[in-house]
Amino acid sequence: MLDSSEVERLEVSAVNSAHVRRPLYAKRVKIFPKRTEGRFRSFKWIVMAVTLGIYYLVPWLRWDRGPYAPDQAVLVDLANRRFYFFFIEIWPQEFYFVAGLLVMAGFGLFLITSSVGRAWCGYTCPQTVWVDLFIAVERFVEGDRNARMKLDQGSWTAGKISKRVLKHTIWLLIAVATGGAWIFYFADAPTLFLDLFKGQAAAVAYITVAVLTATTYVFGGLMREQVCTYMCPWPRIQAAMLDENSLTVTYNDWRGEPRSRHAKKAAATGQQVGDCVDCNACVAVCPMGIDIRDGQQLECITCALCIDACDSVMDKVGKERGLISYATLADYNRNMALATAGGTQPISPELVYDDDKKIKPQFVHFRLRELFRPRTLIYFAAWCAVGLFIIYGLLTRDRLEVNVLHDRNPQFVRLSDGSIRNGFTVKLLNMIPEPRTVTVTLQGLKGAQMTVVGLDLPEDRAFAVEVEPDKLKTIKVYVRQPAENISEPTQNFNFVVEDKSSFETDQYTATFEAPGAGK
Amino acid sequence: MSEKHIDEISGVSTTGHEWDGIRELDNPMPRWWVWTFYATIVWAIGYTIAYPAWPLISSATPGLLGFSSRVEIQKELAAANDAKAQYVASIGTKTIEEIQADDTLRTFATAAGAAAFKVNCVQCHGSGAEGSKGFPNLNDDDWLWGGKITDIQQTIAHGIRFDADPDTRISEMPAFKDILQPEQISAVSSYAASLMGFPADQAKLDDGKKLFAENCASCHGEDGKGMTDVGAPNLTDAISLLVHSEADIESQVRSPKHGVMPAWQGRLGETTVKELATYVYSLGGGR
Repeated sequence: MLDSSEVERLEVSAVNSAHVRRPLYAKRVKIFPKRTEGRFRSFKWIVMAVTLGIYYLVPWLRWDRGPYAPDQAVLVDLANRRFYFFFIEIWPQEFYFVAGLLVMAGFGLFLITSSVGRAWCGYTCPQTVWVDLFIAVERFVEGDRNARMKLDQGSWTAGKISKRVLKHTIWLLIAVATGGAWIFYFADAPTLFLDLFKGQAAAVAYITVAVLTATTYVFGGLMREQVCTYMCPWPRIQAAMLDENSLTVTYNDWRGEPRSRHAKKAAATGQQVGDCVDCNACVAVCPMGIDIRDGQQLECITCALCIDACDSVMDKVGKERGLISYATLADYNRNMALATAGGTQPISPELVYDDDKKIKPQFVHFRLRELFRPRTLIYFAAWCAVGLFIIYGLLTRDRLEVNVLHDRNPQFVRLSDGSIRNGFTVKLLNMIPEPRTVTVTLQGLKGAQMTVVGLDLPEDRAFAVEVEPDKLKTIKVYVRQPAENISEPTQNFNFVVEDKSSFETDQYTATFEAPGAGK
Repeated sequence: MSEKHIDEISGVSTTGHEWDGIRELDNPMPRWWVWTFYATIVWAIGYTIAYPAWPLISSATPGLLGFSSRVEIQKELAAANDAKAQYVASIGTKTIEEIQADDTLRTFATAAGAAAFKVNCVQCHGSGAEGSKGFPNLNDDDWLWGGKITDIQQTIAHGIRFDADPDTRISEMPAFKDILQPEQISAVSSYAASLMGFPADQAKLDDGKKLFAENCASCHGEDGKGMTDVGAPNLTDAISLLVHSEADIESQVRSPKHGVMPAWQGRLGETTVKELATYVYSLGGGR
């Protein structure tokens, strides 16, 4: 007989026992952001107008480049491999300018994030801008938060159906316009616009519009905060970009706590209460559906609407604004230390307020000089350096270029008079939208003469070649050097090209090959 | 065995794994995520029905859309041939001089000729048409049978010493071992060597010159500059097809070697021959 304690206990548990059971998948909790007004809301309307205006209107701007180039100010001409941006034209081999812009965008994002936090997320990210627009439409059709919640819970009456149909129709129209605007950057906008309606545009145009319509509608209308929370990598990256001196939207619990809905009653009983009246206005306006009073969190896109909402409540109850504010972690910690007497006691409003019910001056909200730190200055310097480099590159780049390929087989040909001939493929790049006459000249290579295939001219040391606007012209050149002038098996010489009217010039050092010694 | 662990700050349980004190929160996935996953499965099934997918014994299911990469390439080739058709037709009807005068046609014919050359000609003339001993270099300006574009066309079309073609170019240098004495052959070879710029026996030059005028000048010319009508090479230029020393010359005089080139018109057709001639002419040595 074994004692019960001697029976071996197996490490096993039921798969469905209460303590291991938890939901694998969570349903989306509907969010009904309430309308708000204030400084940041106004700023967001302006940013929305500017960014959407740029996006929808830029393809329609015209820019005269003469008869040989498109007159669209911003055009990515994939078929002809040209990128036009106002007075700048970029060929594919000049892609480093675009790479430079991407580097600038990277440094810009570091600079903005390290100084003012996730401002990109809160104000200019397309997801944020379009969601803002879609919520505005929703509010226009269905009313504000309470009306929308009621409508959502209500039964499917004719009124509900008509509102929903109207809302989704407007959303879809915006989505189509968004997808439609995108393709105008890749072709002449007025022509493509007509072709689109006539059914004559390329299939890829319709497919692009369809895909972008779908993504705009689904991301902006249906998924909204889910995109930021689950799909976007930036909320994760920002954790590495922020430091204790970066501005974030902060609930200043050093003056808000202990929160109470009954400040007067509390005051009457001598209880200490903070500024937060626990009205939940900050939660109701949040498009992400979070409570900023829980502290900084991944979901917060720092759109600052909770600041506006709280400020208006503070105005109403006659307290100072800034219970929720942009603040750095360093300032927050200082204020918190002051409010808790160095952490020795709970948050105490009497440490925060002086006798006039004003916040004591030693509490710090926001100081402009916090933006100027070594870190942000280094980012700014790097950003400027790349920008200046791009400008320098644009100002000094060649608009006339020559590239030369030596024939590989045969490397040289002996002619009947004993002279040696080398064949070259010469590429002349006329990178301006005007036709040009380019003079190709031999420099060096004593006694050598050349012929250009197709020109039907006698041997010479210089030829004038017509090059079409914005085109590369390939010519085949034969260079012949008399035997008595050949000094070495390989001799370097230059092909010099010049536009005699603009004095632009470029050259390429090529090699003339001859039979080696002993051959 | 993982143990249950609740994260203090978020109140969410962790996966139970720990890496240097870092734990992973075990938040539930959003429901739509799993629907997206199901959608990809449905898409994959639909894809295998619409497109060739499931392997059978000797082939695969063809798919409802009837897609086949072989059919696609055939369509692309047909489209390319359609695009070429008008140029090929004009090359067929125009003379080679007219092709030469037309920029677009010349460019097209040169490219087409280069392709045909790579298939039919490189075996003897080399991939760069650079030739080798006994096979002429087509880049240079020395032509046995003439370097005008019409001469080149004629040579490609009918070949050289190609018995099956009645219009082929024919010439044959006699074997002088049956005609001249060995010392005479030696003397004329020395003279030829002097024309070609090789070291030659000076004592024999006078005899050699006389013998050359009697026996060789009828084809090679009194000055040794050759005659393209009969394919007789110019002995005075810097290029030689077969001989690179006085001994080579003696051997060639005694019992000559003769190259043969096939006639191509019958095999490739007149259009391709015109394209080949245009290409060869473009190599820089045409006259």
